[in-house]
Amino acid sequence: MIFGNIDWPLIGEATIDTLLMTGFSLFFTVLIGLPLGVILFLTSRHQMLDNAPVYQVLSFIVNVLRSVPFLILLIVMIPMTRVLAGTSLGVQGAIPPLVASAAPFFARLVENVLRELDPGVSEACRAMGANSRQTVLMALIPEATTGIVAAVIVTAIALVGYSAMSGVIGGGGLGDLALRFGYQRYQTDVMIVTVVILVVMVQLLQVFGDRLVARLNRK
Amino acid sequence: MIRLENIQKIYATPGRISRALDGVDLHIGQGEIFGIIGRSGAGKSTLIRMLNLLERPSQGEVWVGGQNITGFNDAQLRAFRQSVGMVFQHFNLLRSRTVLDNVCFPLKLAGMRRDEQLRRAHEMLALVGLTEHAAKYPRQLSGGQQQRVGIARALASRPRLLLCDEATSALDPETTQSILRLLLDINKRLGLTIVLITHGMDVIRAVCDRVAVIDAGKIVECGAVLDVFLHPRHPVTQSLLSESGMDAEGWREMAQGIQGRLLRLSFRGDATVQPMLSRASRELGVDLSILQGSVSRIKDTPYGQLVVSVHGDAAGQARVVELLAAEGVECEELQP
Repeated sequence: MIFGNIDWPLIGEATIDTLLMTGFSLFFTVLIGLPLGVILFLTSRHQMLDNAPVYQVLSFIVNVLRSVPFLILLIVMIPMTRVLAGTSLGVQGAIPPLVASAAPFFARLVENVLRELDPGVSEACRAMGANSRQTVLMALIPEATTGIVAAVIVTAIALVGYSAMSGVIGGGGLGDLALRFGYQRYQTDVMIVTVVILVVMVQLLQVFGDRLVARLNRK
Repeated sequence: MIRLENIQKIYATPGRISRALDGVDLHIGQGEIFGIIGRSGAGKSTLIRMLNLLERPSQGEVWVGGQNITGFNDAQLRAFRQSVGMVFQHFNLLRSRTVLDNVCFPLKLAGMRRDEQLRRAHEMLALVGLTEHAAKYPRQLSGGQQQRVGIARALASRPRLLLCDEATSALDPETTQSILRLLLDINKRLGLTIVLITHGMDVIRAVCDRVAVIDAGKIVECGAVLDVFLHPRHPVTQSLLSESGMDAEGWREMAQGIQGRLLRLSFRGDATVQPMLSRASRELGVDLSILQGSVSRIKDTPYGQLVVSVHGDAAGQARVVELLAAEGVECEELQP
């Protein structure tokens, strides 16, 4: 019987877990990645706080975190995750590795968004006597809002995907369900339902994000 | 008001050293509209950025209003910049803020109270004629309107000096004229010193009192606009003039095979409207033919320059110069 294996309350719980993992890790990713991206931009060549050593160290860390495959990062980080989140399992245990993987990614996106801004804006700020803090907070970030929002959406979608992977080490959520029931117990119907929910989630994020960006762009 | 002393700007990249400015000395008076003209790459952008130290000189001093700004620390420099307005070629407005908030921006940086900011910003928008566009965003405005916002923003902190970096180069000719009229008007009404850079002689002619011609990082000619237009000395000045339809050498082709004495007549102010050629012709019995000529205006002063050939008896030819000089016309003998 088709869909006979499906335990709907369990699916509902897993969906909520995925949303929680994505939501919390997105929050921390932006919290860490936005300043990191701004610092990367400001310390790069010919920018306001041009500082090669700082830029190179940060850039190296970002590259290292981005080059480790997420699955490996999940496992490597287990001891650190226990310290940060108190456990390496469940929703809580998934958040630190998700943030560690997504924050550098998001920081690079932010750096690029800022780099795409017209350099005339910073020049005008300098000519008006603005200091670096005023230039960043009052001009650059507001000017880059549309691009930063788009970067948040891209990152959120990546996080939905990554959060599913954390099922491998007992992370919970839809990925965990798909792995335990769909893969290990050959319950294809569970697999299909989880995949459909994930697809819908990503679609909703994208549509919502595109609308937000379009509204910001209308200014 | 402004004094530049032996300014050098050297950009050193591995394996190459380029001198953007090479020993520039310049004096700009209070209340003057001073133009700096040159081809792209001549160093004019670098030069105007020396006046608020957006670029630092490698050597030399910049004095503005009796202060050596090259000796300022960061805080002093920021305070100084708040007293200097700057207008940019591509306007450089904040697209995420309304017109009104763009004009408020420098006031906000200076820590002015919000109600004060708004009052001042509305006053500035009225000055540039954009009152009804206050709530719009820059991208909803035309180029000329955006530049007016740029000017209102630059004037909001009541600067004593306004720097215009190719302020009209991105605009069409008609809009250029209206922006230039606005600059003239501001200069007269507020007594503001304006320094502008441009690559077009038309801009210089329309608004400037004095002009400096820059080439390869050096000032090659500097003086009152009228003098430079009537008697350009440096080849770069001459070619810039001829490109804007003020070719001083065009008569040569016409003069071929023409007998008689060739004279270049330069006149300015009232002399321009005197009927002196017909008088000379009538009184001395000489014939005059015009080989080349232009009559126009520099800012508010009419001026003209004609190349004529004079035919007639020797006595008449000799007295022509005398008679014209008495009318205030400068005569210069030309050799074909």
